[in-house]
Amino acid sequence: MTFEWIHIAYAALTLFIVINYGMIMTALVRKIGARVGGRYGIPIWQNYIDLAKNIALRSKITHGVMYYLGPVFRLTGGVGLLLFVPTIYGSVMFQNFSYAGDLILALYFVFFGTLGMALGAGESGHPHSAIGVSRGLAQVTAAELPLALGVYAISLQYQTLNITEIVAAQQGSIFNWTLFTNPLTTIAAMFAFVGTMMRSPFDVVLAPQEIPIGPPTEYHSAYLALMQTNRVLFPVAKVVIYMNLFFGGATNWAEFAIKVFAIYMVSVLIGVVYPRFRVEQSIRFFLKWGLPVGILAILTV
Amino acid sequence: MRDLIEKLTPRYTLGNATYQRADLTFVDVTRDELRALLLELRDKEGFTHLVLLTAVDWIEEGKFQLTYMINNREADQTLGLRLYIDRNDAEGDTIHDIWPTAATYQRELREMFGIAFPGSPRVDEEFILEGWTDMPPYRRDFDTLAYSQQTYVEREGRETHDPRATMKHKMYPEG
Amino acid sequence: MKDLDKNFKKDTETEFPLREEMRPRKVTTPDGQVIDIDPLADYFCQEAPKVHRKSYSAIVEGFYNWARANSLWILGFGTGCGAIEMRPLMTPRFDAYRYGIQWRPTPRQANLLVISGYLSVKTLKRAIRAYEQMPQPKFVVGLGSCTINGGMYWDSYNTIKKLDEYLPVDLYIAGCMPRPEALLAGFMELKKIIRKGEAEGANKYAENFDWYKANQKSVIKDWDMPDYSW
Repeated sequence: MTFEWIHIAYAALTLFIVINYGMIMTALVRKIGARVGGRYGIPIWQNYIDLAKNIALRSKITHGVMYYLGPVFRLTGGVGLLLFVPTIYGSVMFQNFSYAGDLILALYFVFFGTLGMALGAGESGHPHSAIGVSRGLAQVTAAELPLALGVYAISLQYQTLNITEIVAAQQGSIFNWTLFTNPLTTIAAMFAFVGTMMRSPFDVVLAPQEIPIGPPTEYHSAYLALMQTNRVLFPVAKVVIYMNLFFGGATNWAEFAIKVFAIYMVSVLIGVVYPRFRVEQSIRFFLKWGLPVGILAILTV
Repeated sequence: MRDLIEKLTPRYTLGNATYQRADLTFVDVTRDELRALLLELRDKEGFTHLVLLTAVDWIEEGKFQLTYMINNREADQTLGLRLYIDRNDAEGDTIHDIWPTAATYQRELREMFGIAFPGSPRVDEEFILEGWTDMPPYRRDFDTLAYSQQTYVEREGRETHDPRATMKHKMYPEG
Repeated sequence: MKDLDKNFKKDTETEFPLREEMRPRKVTTPDGQVIDIDPLADYFCQEAPKVHRKSYSAIVEGFYNWARANSLWILGFGTGCGAIEMRPLMTPRFDAYRYGIQWRPTPRQANLLVISGYLSVKTLKRAIRAYEQMPQPKFVVGLGSCTINGGMYWDSYNTIKKLDEYLPVDLYIAGCMPRPEALLAGFMELKKIIRKGEAEGANKYAENFDWYKANQKSVIKDWDMPDYSW
């Protein structure tokens, strides 16, 4: 695939659509949660208002260069993840910058934001940030293990590291999806998915009742606005990867919207049913259940 | 309860006893016997629980009354030991080694009444008040209203009614 | 009042000594160097707050004010018994979320400080620190009669009686305690004030900074923090 300047505009368009989709979707999920609880819930455009409010705040203080870069890295992680993965299969416009080895790059970008955030929040000097960072890194590392194993299994199965080719192999029928051709791998990767979505039971990193509120304790105004943008972008980008790898990808925006929402709801549903794990509990959980399933997946390919 | 008091009387100088309720009794004790009495009551008579340790300011007599309330859960009996100490040179004996909770009460008494308890852990540290420089505020010669008026700004227009006069006027308007 | 003791005079002489960890001292570093440390000067930023201007364009400022009014983030900091009246606002019966009101656990992300009831001197110190750490523009709501004129703590030796001497208050909600309905009505009123662009408490605080600090220091005797907690 050759590079053309128009790709940049296309990528920006993808980003724009995905951010707006994420804004609405996260608000919708909160709204559904509120309705289940018998409340009216937030307005569907509340995320936009919060974003505008945070940008409009007048005073900002800084704790140093890395403190600036923390949210930037985080957002870079989200944007990078999205841009190097084909969002819509078969579309020239929303193919983004996908290339032969993008699976490896995606694996890297999943972790990139967390690391950047760890450095930035560490510089803010707040003890709660430090606790949140150490918990977050420990938990994400444990949760990533099954994903890495699952990705190896997939690349073995399809003999490629190119996400586009993986999606292509899953087209045709619903039974061509990795979900059905290789269920063990899917299960292993879904362990990692619920583990990194920052929802209960794996959200002790941000627990407002315990360590208010973890790494972002010191972040405010425009820094927080950046992180909010990432909070809506990053889950969608991550879901896109899972959709491409295991659920047959999407061939148009409607399919994209439905599939992303459905996969996102997996973590939401698990979150509302199970209470929060402590860090050592969740690490033990991943090592005990996620890791063996991942190894089994590799062995059975 | 009368049995217990009668049993203890030959060996301890117990003052007058008040039989408040069937399960609540107060008795006066002396300072040099307090410790032995508490230990015996705890170990032999089953008063295992220190309910509270507090003070009463008898400013007219120039005395503080320390009240040690201990409870026997099995017999459902509460016994209050009243101990009078001098108000000007207020000093009590620490009992934190008998009941560790007493250390907290003693800290409070130190701060609020200015009663010293030498040897009690952390007794001279601040407990509730921060940066307090005036006299201990629970002493009766400390006038909280006057202190409050001299310290905190008031808002204009606040009315205060004497509850007794107001209610009398409301309920019996013709007098 | 009749029990007022004319003879009682508050002790104004005694100074509270600076806490040990705040005193200037000499410290030997691991490589043998001896350095002077003055914690109050070295550990904290001494900068005073400055007045932030509004946007130049009235339309932009109007939009910002609309966003601020519809995204009120309350600092989850309960100071008195009134904190118990805040909790029902999250429940299905009152559901403050539908008005864009949320609770944030850290002052850095909150815009609205609700002083929910009586403020003892000890809590006042924390409330001031929390207020100063919030980003501009920030709003203060005083809840209940205790914050207005002392309420039932009018003769307490340890409770302040007039909140706006110490923090710039945008709105008071009267009652002892005000019911959650009254709180919601108060928040709606606050929204109107913000929409009109009159909720400039933080700028007022910066302009009259010396006056506020003098008031605060007159009641908080062990002032062991910087003048403005950034």
